[in-house]
Formats: sequence, structure tokens, C-alpha cells
Amino acid sequence: MNVLLRYLPLALLAVAWELAARLGLVSQLALPPLSQVVLAWMQMLQSGELVANAASSLWRAGAGLALAIAVGAALGIAMARWRPVNALLGPLVEMLYPMPKSALIPVTVLWLGFGDGSKILLIFLGCMLPVTLGAFNGARGSDQALVWSARSMGASRLGMLWDVVVPSALPEMLNGIRTALALAFVLLVSAELIVAREGLGYLIGYLGANGTYDAMFAVVLTVAFLGFAADRAYQTLMHRLLLWRE
Amino acid sequence: MLRHDAASSASQIVVEDVNHLYRPPKGRPVLALDQVSLKVRPREFLALLGPSGCGKSTLLYLIGGFLRTERGRILLDGEPIAGPGPDRGIVFQHFALFPWKTVRGNVLYGLEKMGLPLEERQRRAQAFIDLVGLTGFEDSYPSQLSGGMKQRTAIARTLAIDPKILLMDEPFGALDAQTRQLMQSELLGIWRRSPKTVIFVTHDVQEAVYLADRVAVMTARPGRIKTVVDIALDKTAPGVAKSKAFIDTVDAIWGLVRDEAIKAQEARVSP
Repeated sequence: MNVLLRYLPLALLAVAWELAARLGLVSQLALPPLSQVVLAWMQMLQSGELVANAASSLWRAGAGLALAIAVGAALGIAMARWRPVNALLGPLVEMLYPMPKSALIPVTVLWLGFGDGSKILLIFLGCMLPVTLGAFNGARGSDQALVWSARSMGASRLGMLWDVVVPSALPEMLNGIRTALALAFVLLVSAELIVAREGLGYLIGYLGANGTYDAMFAVVLTVAFLGFAADRAYQTLMHRLLLWRE
Repeated sequence: MLRHDAASSASQIVVEDVNHLYRPPKGRPVLALDQVSLKVRPREFLALLGPSGCGKSTLLYLIGGFLRTERGRILLDGEPIAGPGPDRGIVFQHFALFPWKTVRGNVLYGLEKMGLPLEERQRRAQAFIDLVGLTGFEDSYPSQLSGGMKQRTAIARTLAIDPKILLMDEPFGALDAQTRQLMQSELLGIWRRSPKTVIFVTHDVQEAVYLADRVAVMTARPGRIKTVVDIALDKTAPGVAKSKAFIDTVDAIWGLVRDEAIKAQEARVSP
């Protein structure tokens, strides 16, 4: 019941969409009725077109994001713990953080071509900095007394990093990863729209250019749903990992 | 009961002419410890007493090996201290529990580092959780515990690795008065059953006199050892804290500390 009530606005929006198109309030060219979009979606699902392109997109996003998390977390923690690393990388991170990473789309294509490689590189580069900053802020705030406790109980310097600094940095780092997750979808679809031969972004551009707008909207909705589902799943995971915080 | 035999007068920890400069991130370095010398006997309970800011915690951290000794030296069983180690367990004022670990997880941590077999670890963790009266709270996270329970966990965690020396940094300073009294008598009980060398930092004269065999009184910043007072009281006697001898001792030591506390106050008012 609660769940139903929660998603009521979404249902209202769907009804409004259908009615607006059916009653001619907006041109059906600009906004095909939702029912038609759903039909087109089912056709694409049956033909395998949707699944193949979604799989390719998710692989790119997943690989890029995984790299961004691994490298970004390592960099952030290294910057927080070793001053020379911070002196070297801090200014770079600060300068590159506000840069719109979509500007790198042509660059990554130039380096790695039209395939998966350029998308993965783009997502990796674009998503790394939020993770780095989260890990950096989290690790810098780790309590001196915790570090000393671990050391006095026999943890080595490196062991202490894993035992104390990483879990201390976790809450902020997980927030950074959530930002990165959203960014990954933005970059993925942008890159695929511009230069790709497969993927959901490519499909949107292709269907739009062909004038099959009901199918195009179907893919747009798919992307929206995937983004939402990924964020929801991530929040659940985050909640699990941070249960100790109360 | 014999607390330490006559032969144990050899010092276990020797602090010799230790100076320590505190370097704040901004501003000038401050001399925190000035020519501090101190000998700590094996299995004695020594209180480091002084006004806040006198460097007593700094001295404890130097003995712990958390800070480096730049001038002077600190010997442990004749060897200079080269860093932190499980031979010196520490209990902090604000508990310093791993918040992402349960009570059991916290107590198990040091045992894992010791490389004990799993069964032995579990058995020992449970024994020390029972010892500090936390049976039933093994799976609670620190955020679910009261201050007193957190400090019990921290004490269990440190005792479990069986350090020769117990360093305590105002361990009961963050607890309410009742819990503090309770914890003091429990600590004495635990210490009597398995005597360790304890260095206990506090600014509370009563606490120092109640717990310690000897009280080292420190001066206001820069910290020096002003004097070391032997406490000749039988702590096992009921109502010892209300006895005349106890109150006289507290008064005498308070007299020593008061001037320093006033100096520390003035230093804070006019920087």
C-alpha cells in the first residue's frame, strides 16, 4: 500500500502523458502515446535489439566505474596519508574536478576508436575524481586514536591502512561512488549518442534520426529506469555496509 | 597480599631527560615537555597527575611509541622504544573503538594480529568480555553502547592481548561520576588479580590517590616532573576513600597541584 502510494505520482504522470497525446494536446510526433511506446518497447525486447544494446552499455559503464572506484579510492587514500602524493596530485585533482568530462569524448575516441575502449576510458576518467575526493576526505578524517590503537595491537603501517583508514573513509567514499554512478550514465549515453555503433545511447540517436519516435522514447525510458534501479540497488548496498553507523 | 616483591625495584621504564616540542600546523612550536625524567617499576600503578595542557598525555604517547622522542631517551626493559607495540596496550579517553566492529570484533582484533588459532581467539575474547561485564552485548556496535560500556570494551580489548604495560589516557574522564567510581574500583580489582605496570594519566587528584601506588605530579607547561609521591594506603580496606589518611593525602597532593593549575589557567587567559 505504501509502495503504491509512493509511486502514485509516477502513475499520474503516465496517465497525463497518454491523455495529452491521445487528446491532441501535443503532437503525437513530439510525444507518442505511452501505450504505443510500451508496445514498441516489447517489440524491441522480443527482437533482442534492446537486450544486446543494453548489455553492451552496461558492460562499458560497469568496467569504467569499477576502474574508477579502484584507482580513485587508492589515489584518494594515498593523497590523504602521504604529503608528497598530495602535493603532486592535489592541484591536478582540483583543476580537473570541475571540468565537464563530456569534453573528453572526442579525445578518447581519438585515442581508442569507436568501440568499448573509448567509452570505458571516458567513464573511468569522468568518474574517478568524485571517488578520489570522497576517499581523500574520509581518509583524512580518520581518528588518530584509532590509528594508534591498531598500531599498538600489532598492526603494521600498511595493515593499519587497510584495517583503519579504509573503513574510516568508507562513508564518504561511498557517497563519492554514488555521484560517480550517476555520472557514469550521463557520460555513457552522451558518448554513445555521439560516436558508437551499439549501445543504448546509440540506439536513441539512431531511432530518433529514423523518425521511429515511439521506439526512441522506449529506449529513453529504459535508460531512465536503469539509472534509477542502479541508484536504488546502490543505496541498499550502502545501507548494508554502513549498518554500524546507526 | 604482596603487590610487588622487594627484588622488583629495578625499573622497567626509564624516561631520561626527555624534551618534546609540540609543532602546531600553524604558529610557533611549543615546548610541551622539559627535561622529564621518570622511573616506572615493574607492576606498579603509577599516576601521572597534572593540570590540562601540562604534557602528561604527550609523555604517555612517547612511552607508547606513537610520538618520536627527539631529545632524551625512553628505555623499556633497557631497550630504547622504537614504535608502538603490543607489549604496551593503550586505553584512550574517548575509547577509540573501531565503530565498524562489534564488541566481539573489537576484542578479537588484537588477538587476530597475534596470530592465535581461531578457537583460542574466540575463547579469549569471550573471557575478557565476561571479565568486564559485557556478557550479552558481544554483537552490539559501539554506537549502541553507553560511555561506560564503550570503555569496558576498550579495556577488554587491551587486556585481551595481555600487554606487560597498560597505558591509560584519562580513561574515565568522559564518564559520568557514578560510572567513573564504579570503573575505578573495577580497574583496581582487575589489576590486583593480574598485576601489570599501569601508567594512568589523570587530572583528578582523588582518582590518582585512589588508584595509584605512586603519583607523579607534573608542572604546568612546559611539563616537568615536580615530585613523585608514594601512596601508603591499603586500598582493599572498606571505605578507604573516606578515611582520614586518604583525605589528608589528597589534600597534600592537591596543594602541590593547585599552583600548577593556577599557572595553567593564567597561561590560557593571557596567551
